[in-house]
Amino acid sequence: MSTDVPAKKPVFQVADDATVKKARANLDAHAVEMMAWHFHPSTGCPFWLEYAKSLPFNPVTEVKNFDDLKKFPPFQDEWLRGGPVTRWIPQGFAGQPAFVFETGGTTGVPKSRVNMRDFRTDYEQFSDTLPEEFFPRGANWLMLGPSGPRRLRLSIEHLAQHRGGICFCVDLDPRWVIKLIQKGWMEHLEAYKQHCIDQAITILEAGHDVKCMFTTPKLLESLALALEKRGTTLRKAGITGIFSGGTEFTPQWTRFAVEELLDGAYMTPTYGNTLMGLAASRPVVPADGYTIAYYAPQPRAVIEVVDFDDTNAVVPYGGTGRVKLTTLTKETFVPGFLERDEGERELPYVKYPWDGISGVRPFRELAASTTVGVY
Amino acid sequence: MHLPAYRFGKPYESVERTTLVHFLTGEPVVEVSQVGGAIVGRDMQKGARAREALLAIDPEEIVERLQTAGNLYAHGTLPMGDSRQSPEDFVKQQSATTGLPESLCRANMQKNLFVLSNMDRMLDALSRGLPPEVFWKGYGREQRGVVVSYQAQSPVLGLVLPSNSPGVHTLWLPVIALGVGLVMKPGGQEPWTPYRMAAAMIEAGIPAEAIGLYPGATDVGASILASCKRSMIFGSAKTVEQYRGNPGVQVHGPGFSKILLGDDCVDRWEEYLDLMVESVAINGGRGCINASAIYASRHTEAIAAGLAERLGPVDVLPPDDPAAKLAAFTIPGAAKAIWGQIEAGLAAPGVTHATESYGPRLVEGERCGWLRPVVAHCTSAEPAIAKAEYMFPFVAVVKCPQAAMLEKIGPTLVGTAICDDPVFRSALVNCTEIDRLNLGPIPTTRLDWLQPHEGNIIDFLYRSRALQVPAAAGVA
Repeated sequence: MSTDVPAKKPVFQVADDATVKKARANLDAHAVEMMAWHFHPSTGCPFWLEYAKSLPFNPVTEVKNFDDLKKFPPFQDEWLRGGPVTRWIPQGFAGQPAFVFETGGTTGVPKSRVNMRDFRTDYEQFSDTLPEEFFPRGANWLMLGPSGPRRLRLSIEHLAQHRGGICFCVDLDPRWVIKLIQKGWMEHLEAYKQHCIDQAITILEAGHDVKCMFTTPKLLESLALALEKRGTTLRKAGITGIFSGGTEFTPQWTRFAVEELLDGAYMTPTYGNTLMGLAASRPVVPADGYTIAYYAPQPRAVIEVVDFDDTNAVVPYGGTGRVKLTTLTKETFVPGFLERDEGERELPYVKYPWDGISGVRPFRELAASTTVGVY
Repeated sequence: MHLPAYRFGKPYESVERTTLVHFLTGEPVVEVSQVGGAIVGRDMQKGARAREALLAIDPEEIVERLQTAGNLYAHGTLPMGDSRQSPEDFVKQQSATTGLPESLCRANMQKNLFVLSNMDRMLDALSRGLPPEVFWKGYGREQRGVVVSYQAQSPVLGLVLPSNSPGVHTLWLPVIALGVGLVMKPGGQEPWTPYRMAAAMIEAGIPAEAIGLYPGATDVGASILASCKRSMIFGSAKTVEQYRGNPGVQVHGPGFSKILLGDDCVDRWEEYLDLMVESVAINGGRGCINASAIYASRHTEAIAAGLAERLGPVDVLPPDDPAAKLAAFTIPGAAKAIWGQIEAGLAAPGVTHATESYGPRLVEGERCGWLRPVVAHCTSAEPAIAKAEYMFPFVAVVKCPQAAMLEKIGPTLVGTAICDDPVFRSALVNCTEIDRLNLGPIPTTRLDWLQPHEGNIIDFLYRSRALQVPAAAGVA
């Protein structure tokens, strides 16, 4: 791994070497443990057990650390499209209730991931990163965003319940939004957005003591503007903490939100998807140019920022590369999946002593052919 | 130089900026703040203040200030972001980021100056002599004594402006004089005209609260269209289709302007060659008012050859050469891609390339490309290239019987009809495919600014409705 350090002095607290090394050792041990699980006939899933027969190495004995996962050929995202999804269920979880979650579906047949408990674990861990002052335990939540085949609805609801609250939900179907945009039905798009915002305002005004919410950046701005039009604000409507994600965040948007939309409510940007789980951000501050840097929930998932041509090489700190994702839970093993995003490699943060990523945006070669950031 | 956004007069520096570079050298020319659509949405909640600020000033005073603004725009040194800009700076900067020859930038400045200088005459023509107070108060009495009411449909006009044709800005210049504010998204490569015009207007005393400038990506355009009750957008044929029938959006797309030579005049086609050359090639052939087709029933091969002889030799010259006539395509690969389309069109049956013998048409530079003028001859109106329009001097000379012309021409922003035959002239007047009709030898590009363009902007911004007062009551 490169140790290049950017010329600009970081304004956040960088993790010290000893902590980084300890986290790395933990990741290496976790990788070995996951190989033992996923490639043992009594615990692994049909897909990987079958696939292992074609490998020129034995994952159980020859993966001795995280870097050894590079021995796997590139993960093909086509494998995640279509059925039967049961081929991904580890034998070790046979008979347990399973969920199937799909990615956005913006690029053809959606990729899917089966889950037993992973989404709950991810959001329980994420819960530990939320500041109590703004996300008080026992508070009720509003989930304003895509549900349907995505795991967000269940995850946010679980997060609320895990923290002792109840979650109110308003759905938005991003696949329909994409169709509206592609058809150029902008009036319908506006009406659909308004339909969602109206429902959210109804909940906020109904005396449910909602203090926390999840929503996407675009819906957050629409909600804030709709409330402003009614002479109120998110904060005055009772919201103290906002967990936002689902589409691209930019520093400028975040600054605008902090300065003009939130009225003092706290917002934490997140980066996540069905495959990875949820990457928390380090605090977004003006001194850092409103940089939004995410850190994967290591060791359960690892984000690497890799060279566009040599996807086994991470770029120097501050350098730009493509997002490479490795998922290492007992329920799911995905080695070296190249995401449709790119960004800049960030130094380890004291709370998350491993590499982060900032400036996440659609991968330049795919951006022209996909409709992203629609909700 | 850095250009911030202007939120109804308040400068706003974004965390995100784009750097515009010189199309030939790649040297940075200006940094432009990039804002998001939400800022427009939020500011538009107070959009009514833009009109209120204008209505606080006498309408005739506004017109005088606009005339002063025209003079400042053309001759003054004005604040420009964190710097100042002389007219010569403007010309060089506009040329550098758009690829337009400097001579064309200067010509467009004169066009804008003309419109602002003649604002009083233009308003008089567009409103058919209504006292300007009618637009301020909402009603009044016209000269023949009848009470009329014009109701503003929006306190501001949203503008999603293009990068490729600085000439289009004349369209929105009368808006302030009608008591309506401006919310503009400047073209990505051409922020210069809206910024300089706004600076000139503010310097001349137009309230800064009446003007918003929001540079950014497509979401800014979408937000303008969603939040302004009246908007103007410039775009492709696809954009036109998308907003067709939306009463709140006036779309300006390709013009497909044409020259029609009647049977009674076509034998004297050589007399009109200068007119045809000007219509096709002036302003780099970039405008929607440039002719993209010439229809005649005979002599079409000779007309195409005559045009090719005049246009074919036109070559690429440095942008500061006063003789430069061609603008660069600054998007990498654009010129080559367009040439590929044209080559395919020229290969169709019934099509010949009249400029072929004048050397290669595609000129590729290190960072950009050019297309030298193309004249195609079509034996009928059927080939696809007969209906094409490109952003450089391109024309299809189409052989078509006079009796079939009006059936075949399709949408035509400016139609110059050279004929004296009263029957054909009557048919031309009644042809709804033609928007602006020139009856007689007038180049398609020579606009009378006292006439409405693509609809009267007053009809777009105002609704003429009934307003009655008791007979005894006076109407000021």
